[in-house]
Amino acid sequence: MTSTPSASAAFEYAPAPESRSVVDIAPSYGLFIDGEFAEAADGKVFKTVSPSTEEVLSEVAQASSEDVDRAVKAARKAFEKWSALPGAERAKYLFRIARIIQERSRELAVLETLDNGKPIKETRDADLPLVAAHFFYYAGWADKLDHAGYGADPRPLGVAGQVIPWNFPLLMLAWKIAPALATGNTVVLKPAETTPLSALFFADICRQAGLPKGVVNILPGYGDAGAALTAHPDVDKVAFTGSTAVGKAIARQVAGTDKKVTLELGGKGANIVFDDAPIDQAVEGIVTGIFFNQGQVCCAGSRLLVQESVQDEVLDALKRRLSTLRLGDPLDKNTDIGAINSAEQLARITALTETGEAEGAERWSAPCELPSSGYWFAPTLFTNVTQAHTVARDEIFGPVLSVLTFRTPEEAVAKANNTQYGLSAGIWTEKGSRILAVADRLRAGVIWANTFNKFDPTSPFGGYKESGYGREGGRHGLEAYLDV
Amino acid sequence: MPTAPAHALTDATTSDRTLRRFLHGLPGVDTVGLEARASALGTRSIKTTAKAYAIDLAISMIDLTTLEGADTPGKVRALGAKAVNPDPTDRGTPKTAAVCVYPDMVATAKEAVGDSGVKVASVATAFPAGRAAIDVKLGDVREAVAAGADEIDMVIDRGAFLAGDYMTVFEQIRAVKEASGEARLKVIFETGELSTYDNIRRASWIGMLAGADFIKTSTGKVGVNATPANTLLMLEAVRDFREQTGVQVGVKPAGGIRTSKDAIKFLVLVNETAGQDWLDNHWFRFGASSLLNDLLMQRQKLATGRYSGPDYVTVD
Amino acid sequence: MSDRLTVLKTYKLYVGGKFPRSESGRVYEVTDSKNKWLANAPLSSRKDARDAVVAARKAQGGWAGKTAYLRGQILYRVAEMLEGRKDQFVREVADAEGLSKSKAAVVVDAAIDRWVWYAGWTDKVAQIVGGGNPVAGPFFNLSSPEPTGVVTVVAPQESSFLGLVSVIAPVIATGNTAVVIASENSPLPALSLGEVLATSDLPGGVVNILSGRTAEITPSLASHQDVNAIDLAGVEDDDLAKELEVAAADNLKRVVRPQPVDWSADPGTHRLTAFLETKTVWHPTGSLGASGSSY
Repeated sequence: MTSTPSASAAFEYAPAPESRSVVDIAPSYGLFIDGEFAEAADGKVFKTVSPSTEEVLSEVAQASSEDVDRAVKAARKAFEKWSALPGAERAKYLFRIARIIQERSRELAVLETLDNGKPIKETRDADLPLVAAHFFYYAGWADKLDHAGYGADPRPLGVAGQVIPWNFPLLMLAWKIAPALATGNTVVLKPAETTPLSALFFADICRQAGLPKGVVNILPGYGDAGAALTAHPDVDKVAFTGSTAVGKAIARQVAGTDKKVTLELGGKGANIVFDDAPIDQAVEGIVTGIFFNQGQVCCAGSRLLVQESVQDEVLDALKRRLSTLRLGDPLDKNTDIGAINSAEQLARITALTETGEAEGAERWSAPCELPSSGYWFAPTLFTNVTQAHTVARDEIFGPVLSVLTFRTPEEAVAKANNTQYGLSAGIWTEKGSRILAVADRLRAGVIWANTFNKFDPTSPFGGYKESGYGREGGRHGLEAYLDV
Repeated sequence: MPTAPAHALTDATTSDRTLRRFLHGLPGVDTVGLEARASALGTRSIKTTAKAYAIDLAISMIDLTTLEGADTPGKVRALGAKAVNPDPTDRGTPKTAAVCVYPDMVATAKEAVGDSGVKVASVATAFPAGRAAIDVKLGDVREAVAAGADEIDMVIDRGAFLAGDYMTVFEQIRAVKEASGEARLKVIFETGELSTYDNIRRASWIGMLAGADFIKTSTGKVGVNATPANTLLMLEAVRDFREQTGVQVGVKPAGGIRTSKDAIKFLVLVNETAGQDWLDNHWFRFGASSLLNDLLMQRQKLATGRYSGPDYVTVD
Repeated sequence: MSDRLTVLKTYKLYVGGKFPRSESGRVYEVTDSKNKWLANAPLSSRKDARDAVVAARKAQGGWAGKTAYLRGQILYRVAEMLEGRKDQFVREVADAEGLSKSKAAVVVDAAIDRWVWYAGWTDKVAQIVGGGNPVAGPFFNLSSPEPTGVVTVVAPQESSFLGLVSVIAPVIATGNTAVVIASENSPLPALSLGEVLATSDLPGGVVNILSGRTAEITPSLASHQDVNAIDLAGVEDDDLAKELEVAAADNLKRVVRPQPVDWSADPGTHRLTAFLETKTVWHPTGSLGASGSSY
């Protein structure tokens, strides 16, 4: 782990911080309801901090059920006109939004990095380009819904209540809002309590785009606001990305109602490396799979299943590669590993890794100095892991990789599928027929063969089993927001 | 037949069959993944002190090259002078690693660089096509060595490689290595002609197994020369070879590297793939000519804070 | 007609390709619409339901692994076999639903035709709901539907045969296996269908048919951790439907809520796609050679 300069002769990268001055964070923000920023009904506020420094970034109004009700009313009122707009007109609003996001992408990338803790390299090169692309993609669908395969003139559902997580704040917002608006629904969205800022900046983008009032409402808040939103009787559609536990609670909550639900939940993705893999690229894929966004990714390849015959070779290469990862200031353009999003998440990761050690798995990290303030966790490997270990079963949602071995493709598939989750999996082999055979047998919604953690607005994303239901992205993603 | 080097992999080269088996047993290369890694490393932001370090390092790694039919003693002398004293306005500028010329210009080049420490490298073995009888190639090498060449840049027989005749390629490198005597041997693959990354990886291993001191991408004479991806791949090869044999081999991307920004990207590849041990002109070189002036202008900018211009560096 | 005494049929469950009685040894009286005794049907227990899930799980991989063409052939074979036993089903449907013979015949014809409709879907649904996605990068990206796994099907109460076929066929057409709870008061057409399925080349366990009390059997199936989805078509009690949906959330089963359905109408693709997962596979495409190769 390269974090501080050592010998003067070495090629030490000088700090290369992205400028903070491109973003102007106000000292306080309100809820965004019916086109206006407003205080919470009960006047409550909460602070959002930068996870890399614990600096308070802003004070944000905290929505309660009363605010949820107001926002749903606004969305309901806006629905009539918005859903009646010709698709081509809705499309143009979405295209405007996409363009404004592109124009303001540097500002939003810096903002996201500040509020989330992830490296600027990722917000700049992954999050923001994908956010804009998502709005572009769904903008184009708005006037083509007749051709989407859901029958002639498919109708929107009404008001969508959407609850998103903190790991990709703006990208998850895009995944939720873009298809909802394209299909003619209106939206009440609750961002996560640790990352409310980019959603509030998005509210400003809606204003710049001239989006009619009430079509998009943003309610920063905690789980109680989320629960009030998904339970609200006038919400027709619930879309949630987050933990499996909350997903189940929502599924129970909506039982017996007419609400349509999509859930994108946890995962424990297996990344399977066969002995004939392109090893150097596989190592990159393993690293991307578990250390992208500090491993705080539902589709992370958090279980490495490596064929026993190449275990040493792969692990040596992996450890060598981990020692080149650069952990530190998320705004530094050369940072590979940023901060963990919150103290709470850090505590969870810490507890699960302690369990891993206590259960006898072997823990390894490259030598690494962690910054003194903020929430940090060094990229970590567990070897000698078996299916019975907690670190092989529970979603850690952090930069922690559990390494297991297998002997045959049959065993690899059996172990990969031996989980209650089914979101993602990876396959590394140069043998085409093996890729197809293994991909066919894996019970997961997204399979990356000889690559990992690739996303695209045209590509449906979502899980099997307890990873949730419904798909986001692509033509498939429209179904969640149409009365079909 | 020349003797094979003594290391852990000598068994691989005992026969045509074992060599073929060994090469075909190397892990495959995924094109998209390799290029994505190379381009991700290309986004490193090298600023201030790191940039100054990298620019000086890059200058010191240049094999300042002229390989033209129109090369004259005068041109080679000018090149030699530039190699020894790249920036007349700043004597603290590092010298380049070497000058690289055709065999018949080696003596002139030696005279031009004198005892400055700048090496003279000579292309040989019927450069650039390599299409000549082995005796002619070896004669070429001996001529260069006799004239005082410190380093020999040979080309492999791409025809033999593409025909699957790996042993011929291996034995020719062995023979050239022997003919090179004390001179360090750089083996040029002409990656643009090998076409696939799997081939480049195999060629790298043939070269290293045969005793190359350096493996080198290209001649600069074909459409595609050094790229971040093929250089990354070769850096992985030398890294793995040292791990398996203990023998360190250098890497030289050549052709197409023209700007400081490009050169720094290559140094990042070295730093994060093969590592610190290769960040030295004994183990990494740039085969280039116009690159030097761009590095010098960037160096002046860092020193003065002003952007420099072509009138403030020398034309050779 | 002679005054010969007819041989009555013992109706049995259909589980794992076999015809067991309920493990509980219980039966219940099935009557026609005029309350005339028709037969004793097995009164399935939770254990029978559990056994059916085991059978369905065991059969699922093999059934999904058959070619779509072969699944289509087998579904078509079901239609063929039904056509040959039409008279029996007309009689059973007439008794069960209080229809005249001619009206019952219309229903049975429609049910046979429904098997034919779904037989044709097996090798087309992937082309309708799957496809390539033009991602912005050097990747081949393909989305394909896959069966969700084991599906509990609560068959419609009133439409004891056409409704039954309309909820079973789409589930198995796509490679799922089914645990079916027959219409509580009119289970006989369903139990007879088991006999047809058993002789239609359908592998044992692909469809498992239970008769009994809906309210007794369904809760353990709704909460069963090895069941992937549940179709509540035949749950007429709103409270029970809600309770089952809540239980289904334990492992996030895919749930189709009860809705009013005209079983004689064009079924559309809703039930066909409700029990499919979309799997998206990425693979690098790259170029023929190293980047910028001159060839």
